[in-house]
Amino acid sequence: MLSDQDRIFTNLYGVHDVGLAGARSRGDWDGTAAILARGRDAIIDEMKASGLRGRGGAGFPTGMKWSFMPKVVGDRPHYLVVNADESEPGTCKDRDILRHDPHKLIEGCLIASFAMGAHAAYIYIRGEFYNEAVALQKAIDEAYDAGLIGKNACGSGWDFDCYLHRGAGAYICGEETALIESLEGKKGMPRLKPPFPAAVGLYGCPSTVNNVESIAVAPTIMRRGAAWFSALGRPRNAGTKLFCISGHVNKPCNVEEELGIPLRELIDRYAGGVRGGWDNLLAIIPGGASVPVLNKATCDTILMDFDSLRDVKSGLGTAAVIVMDKSTDIIKAIARLSQFYKHESCGQCTPCREGTGWMMRVMNRMVQGRAEIEEIDTLEAVTRQVEGHTICALGNAAAWPIQGLIKNFRPEMEARIAVYKASKSMKMAAE
Amino acid sequence: MVKVTVDGIDVEIPAGSNVLQACEAAGKEIPRFCYHERLSVAGNCRMCLVEIEKAPPKPFASCAYPVADGMVVHTDSPMVRKARRGVMEFLLINHPLDCPICDQGGECDLQDQAVGYGDDHSRYLEPKRAVTDKNLGPLVKTVMTRCIQCTRCIRFSTEIAGVSELGATARGETMEIGTYVEKALTSELSGNLIDICPVGALTSKPYAFVARPWELKKTDSVDVLDAVGANIRVDSRGPDVLRVLPRLNEDVNEEWLADKSRFSIDGLKRRRLDSCWVRRDGKLARASWQEGFDAIAAKMAGMAGDRMGAVAGDLADAESMLALKDLFAALGSTNLDCRQDGAALDASRRDFYSFNTSIAGIEEADAILLIGTNPRREAPLLNARIRKAIVANRTKVAAIGVPADLTYKVEWLGDAPALLADNSFITTLKATKRPMLIIGQGALRRADGAAILAAAWKLAAETGMLTADWHGFNVLHTAASRVGALDLGFATGKTLDKMLGGGVDLLWLLGADEFDTAKIGASTFVIYQGHHGDAGAARADVILPGAAYTEKDGTYVNTEGRVQRGQLAVFPPGEAREDWKIIRAFSGIIGKTLPYDTIGALRARMEQVNPVFARLDILPRFGCTDMAGPTASGTIGTESFTPAIVNYYMTDSISRASPTMAECTAAAAPVLLAAE
Repeated sequence: MLSDQDRIFTNLYGVHDVGLAGARSRGDWDGTAAILARGRDAIIDEMKASGLRGRGGAGFPTGMKWSFMPKVVGDRPHYLVVNADESEPGTCKDRDILRHDPHKLIEGCLIASFAMGAHAAYIYIRGEFYNEAVALQKAIDEAYDAGLIGKNACGSGWDFDCYLHRGAGAYICGEETALIESLEGKKGMPRLKPPFPAAVGLYGCPSTVNNVESIAVAPTIMRRGAAWFSALGRPRNAGTKLFCISGHVNKPCNVEEELGIPLRELIDRYAGGVRGGWDNLLAIIPGGASVPVLNKATCDTILMDFDSLRDVKSGLGTAAVIVMDKSTDIIKAIARLSQFYKHESCGQCTPCREGTGWMMRVMNRMVQGRAEIEEIDTLEAVTRQVEGHTICALGNAAAWPIQGLIKNFRPEMEARIAVYKASKSMKMAAE
Repeated sequence: MVKVTVDGIDVEIPAGSNVLQACEAAGKEIPRFCYHERLSVAGNCRMCLVEIEKAPPKPFASCAYPVADGMVVHTDSPMVRKARRGVMEFLLINHPLDCPICDQGGECDLQDQAVGYGDDHSRYLEPKRAVTDKNLGPLVKTVMTRCIQCTRCIRFSTEIAGVSELGATARGETMEIGTYVEKALTSELSGNLIDICPVGALTSKPYAFVARPWELKKTDSVDVLDAVGANIRVDSRGPDVLRVLPRLNEDVNEEWLADKSRFSIDGLKRRRLDSCWVRRDGKLARASWQEGFDAIAAKMAGMAGDRMGAVAGDLADAESMLALKDLFAALGSTNLDCRQDGAALDASRRDFYSFNTSIAGIEEADAILLIGTNPRREAPLLNARIRKAIVANRTKVAAIGVPADLTYKVEWLGDAPALLADNSFITTLKATKRPMLIIGQGALRRADGAAILAAAWKLAAETGMLTADWHGFNVLHTAASRVGALDLGFATGKTLDKMLGGGVDLLWLLGADEFDTAKIGASTFVIYQGHHGDAGAARADVILPGAAYTEKDGTYVNTEGRVQRGQLAVFPPGEAREDWKIIRAFSGIIGKTLPYDTIGALRARMEQVNPVFARLDILPRFGCTDMAGPTASGTIGTESFTPAIVNYYMTDSISRASPTMAECTAAAAPVLLAAE
């Protein structure tokens, strides 16, 4: 269990002063100039050594991502882009950082920008986060007024500007290249990769897109050292992570914990346990809507980190734990997710545009049981046809929940179909 | 160059190419819908998936994946086939299976590729999507339910045509292609959308439900409705020309075609002259060929050669012009003119009247000065090249003339001819390596045209446009016949102006309709030889029915001086005949038989008159070493330049007879009014 002195987000619940004075009292903006004075390479090496993996869902090592930026700034400027378009169903971790601990993010922006040679950072915030945007803008203004950012930020000699941009509420704009497109004022549609943003990103310039949480933990890592951070968690899954626990638990909450904490411990300790007790558990989606669902047997023992969840063919994603007890119609729950992905598909590439609608319609019939048993296999085949064939990962995200459903709850689906068939034949017999 | 192995075949391909190009180089056909060589890569149809060794075990979109040295690609592995089948299934689930009533049938990429990758039944049991059709104007018909969202049309209109009028609205399944606010496309290149649409979503409105591609006879030809000389394919069935499509020619039109050239063919069926007419008692009456010829012969008898004149129209082929010239020479007349608009073209040297840089050469230019021309209306395909040069090389363009939207950024210097001598762009021209100027007919068809031509040449010489390996002086013509006529010396003796108002007693109009026929002297005997009952025919005393460009073998020289040949696709209607044959036959009637009986012999004579006619299709690039310019006469006036073409859609007897072009004119009416 994470001890209080190892917590990074010390104002996660907003009980303390959100403003600059409060943030400083919690250690933010302490010796930032000295961190920058260590130089680009030292910062990137420290981040690499910390083992921090991206907190946006894919878990790509953050330090390595920063190191992809060109070493020397050429004729095109470098940019840091912060992905605050938190729209993954079940996820609400960035929101609490934005509204309760914004200075961690802004300081992280400065350090990350310096490390990649960028003089500007763009924070792309989800359109629906109105109050969060106001809070963040207030924090940015405070930082400017205090000389922490702007010309000669923190007295380090580095000029740094931080811009806040509000999105318009499309889930796909959380995909890094779609986010860049949207930021440029275009329709938010993912770009083809390669070229990757580190080569051709925002306005055609080298850019790095990072999640809010990845950036916000950077200052603390720099202050306390990579060794401290990597000692937390499990090998290759270092550090602490914000978990968002929602659904059928007694006390839904956001909590910072070490990676690798057993799922059951996480729920029991922080969320007051599953409604009606652990045995009343049906299934858990461990990392936001995009990852496959886990059945109870897996939930009993699984550790919450990138590699453990990947080994059971699910994923940590954004660590948004969605708990479902036995009162849940799991087929309907997944069908609802299919509807979400159909609604949020950008429509650019064929498998996702056509596949999400197809999957949603079949899933809607599966909820009623109005289908043939063989259609479960067809549905599975369709998800495989979408997965890995698309420009961005939304296709995969749409496919995985259904694959998880079929893998773990196929008997329920078949039973639903049988019940429907029986009710229909009874009706016919009665007529 | 990098080495790539495709299905065991090693190919060398330039670095920076994509995998699809490597596969093509290896002779492997990759199915695709969204990828188009001339458009940006979208990578959205996902049909071109291939497997790449030593990469993540998933299929890659070959159109969007760059090659790397030593890359090993498989285009026909089980994974690839499965992936393509999957994509094809997705494309078909919401595509209506209405091939029997779809105009794309028989030339549909989706249909063709479904044969290779489609299943024989559908697993999709849900309702299909339906999309509201859009009205894009008189040329492009939409059946949007058939759209597979490849976005080729969006990319074409934005990138090539330069009009950002098409886009995608909404997202996911509900994404639709359209103009958002319903409007007709304002591009002169909109017909190309029909060609690039891989399915039947965008089809030709005038051609709707007319024919199936396999019923058509395909004849290679050359377009004559502007002076670009676009290479076309004439599709005909029986006596009817049903459509015109572009033919690939990288040096001229690439694979595009302008709307007028594509859609005015319905004018070929209307207002046609299909028999001889002779004016009797003030009224035109149908007559036989013999009667027509006799009437002319009777009038010619005893007439002095100097009292006769001939004018070649804008659509005339070189063969008929030479035959007419030879006939008039036999009659003792040198009064020939092809410059109906009175353009002050100097025929003394070929580079004084042609587009010397060449159309493809525009792409090499780094600064362009437009003088009294609106290339968007006068030559849309050439305008597209200028745009291409700007996009690729950031070529700077400035213009002296009436400001207009040319689809790219132009620095408008003003519309006063005096700017030729001194303007702010001269510094730029001098500073660049390959500057060029384009002078249009709007600048030359004025009283001071000769002085302007000379001034333009002087400007070219002074700004480094004329060097041993670069010729930056260009005349942009609007008439397909003009350069050929000048090459043949069809501008001698009295000019048209002198022939009018009784300057001659007999005037032979070879399809000439583009001047004010009311100015012809009341007592002048007018022979109109042509294919449409237009201005010239209305004034004629004898009408000889000729052939339109689709109905004869003809040689045309485009504005660059490129000699190209069109072929007969259908026969001329009724009594109408190929034009050179009419002149040859008439020469026999009056006992001055021309010395050629076949088109081959006539063409041999053409080469004799000017050796350029021996060099078909190819245009060697040349520089300029002789700096002596055209003869200047008079001084440049103060009158502003005016556009050569106001209504792009109606510039000649064919397009004026075309109902489709009339619709386009009506649709563009607000734009035209604004221009005036």
